[in-house]
Amino acid sequence: MDNLNTYLSIAAILFSLGMFGVITRRNAIAVLMGIELILNSANLNFLAFAKFGGMNMSGHIFALFVIIMAAAEAAVALAIIINIYNNYKTINVDDVRELRQ
Amino acid sequence: MNNLQSLSYYWPEIILTVTVLVAILVDLFYSDKNSGKTALWVLGGLILTQIAIYVQDSEMTRTLFMGNLAFDPFASFFKTLTILSTVLVIIISQKTNELDGHRTGEYYSLMAIMVFGMFLMASAIDLIMIYLAIEIVSIVSFILAGYLKGDLRSNEAALKYVIYGAFSSGIMLFGMSIVFGLAGSTKYFVIQEAMWNLQGSAHFAFTLASIFILAGFGYKISAVPFHFWTPDVYEGAPTPITAYLSVAPKAVGFAVIIRFFNTVFGDGGAFIDPSISTFTNIPWPQILAVLSVITMTLGNLVALQQNSIKRMLAYSSIAHAGYMLMALPTLSSQGAYAIMLYLFMYIFMNLGAFFVVIYVKSQGGGESFDDFRGLGWKMPIVGIVMTVFMLSLTGIPPTAGFIGKFYIFASVIKVGPQLYWLAIVGAINSVISLYYYFRVVKVMFLEGEPSETIVVPSASVLAILFTFAIPTILFGIYWVPIANWVSQSLKLFIKVM
Repeated sequence: MDNLNTYLSIAAILFSLGMFGVITRRNAIAVLMGIELILNSANLNFLAFAKFGGMNMSGHIFALFVIIMAAAEAAVALAIIINIYNNYKTINVDDVRELRQ
Repeated sequence: MNNLQSLSYYWPEIILTVTVLVAILVDLFYSDKNSGKTALWVLGGLILTQIAIYVQDSEMTRTLFMGNLAFDPFASFFKTLTILSTVLVIIISQKTNELDGHRTGEYYSLMAIMVFGMFLMASAIDLIMIYLAIEIVSIVSFILAGYLKGDLRSNEAALKYVIYGAFSSGIMLFGMSIVFGLAGSTKYFVIQEAMWNLQGSAHFAFTLASIFILAGFGYKISAVPFHFWTPDVYEGAPTPITAYLSVAPKAVGFAVIIRFFNTVFGDGGAFIDPSISTFTNIPWPQILAVLSVITMTLGNLVALQQNSIKRMLAYSSIAHAGYMLMALPTLSSQGAYAIMLYLFMYIFMNLGAFFVVIYVKSQGGGESFDDFRGLGWKMPIVGIVMTVFMLSLTGIPPTAGFIGKFYIFASVIKVGPQLYWLAIVGAINSVISLYYYFRVVKVMFLEGEPSETIVVPSASVLAILFTFAIPTILFGIYWVPIANWVSQSLKLFIKVM
């Protein structure tokens, strides 16, 4: 079980679940959760390659930066969603349609 | 070169960082009403940064910070473009009435942070650096698009931007993780070498990964099919920010793509071989050509149906991304040259068109075609200047837009008969765009009642209008200095094997 393929498969499944979440969910928070899944699947890839590939530290560093960036992005996204809720009284992305489609 | 040595080549970015910190600090001491004065500090800092870029001798190319950033004329060119467009956008922000009642200090400091991100995008040669740079630019632009907190449209723009932006950078990241696994490094040059030794199914993995990465890059330049955010964000965001997003991040987005294609897929950035070898079995020129055709056709066809000039300009900016993408399938130095020249010309004409929209809105008008009815009679100078921008965006001589398009088409035709169809589609698209650009002119001059009173804009507005209009015409007649500058800048860092 403890080999590269296991980790890559899990990462691929996570990625697909994240994609599915972003596309099907209408709640803005759930969409964000889908995006987090995608980011973490990439992280898992980086760490798996770094561990089994016998590579340099780049993989670990990349994963750390991704975590930092995901936090920054979540902070901004949640602030925007709170603002949306204050103005629209909903966080359903389909109901937020002031602009012409 | 190690970190300490690199610092002496890093003055522009250091000055920029200090500018950001100073801007945030001085803003604390301003009252709400005077908060806009932060703009002066940011402008000063940007000018100092530009002087630092100018003084640097980037002819001797090298890498900085352990091979994370490239220091070459190519990066300096895009840094200069970034500063130029940021300075112009800060100036036009003074004339908008959309920001009234908002504290604008942060607005300008956020812009300066975005400039820093774009500097990194222009010079990054490492996947980690590219990801960080793109995220810095994206996160700041999410905030700027939603700057009008009470405005429903601005809110919606920010929401759509953040969802599409985070989604596409997530996909790009997944692609990068696969490339890292295949190459064992995040450095462009190591990836390039490793790709030559790929075997069997690794080719497929690499193809998939590069398509994922291209999704992230395509999102930044709003190429179809990654363009869905563009119209809504451009319509909802404050107009100066719309203008900014349509030029600066797009320009550095092209810088990232050119560098990636030439370094990872090509000859290491040397531009020696006009037809860069593609070692994977993917027909990149054909894929890029099809992408460009779809992008410009969709942009133009949808722009035809718009009633809002701001939204029409949003679709037209998608179409312009398509024109620039046309030169990419050539994978030659001429293609890159044409894109760089086009980007420079595009800054003036597009920002100018957006400035007219801002000015008309601040005079009690609106953004729709109806609001522009009879404008040419009421404000003749504004009408004539807008006509110049529309001519230039269409690409009619003697304007800057024509020169830009001329070089793009020339680079495509030079490749040979296999790309003639692309040039023909591009020409047809230019004709389609003539219709909606001239609809603006028609509405301004041929419709509505000739007005009795003539409104002459204030001296400062006139000055800004001519800052955009004069280069638009001048570079259509005499563009030699710009052409020389671009050809000197077309020098990327080359790995010495």
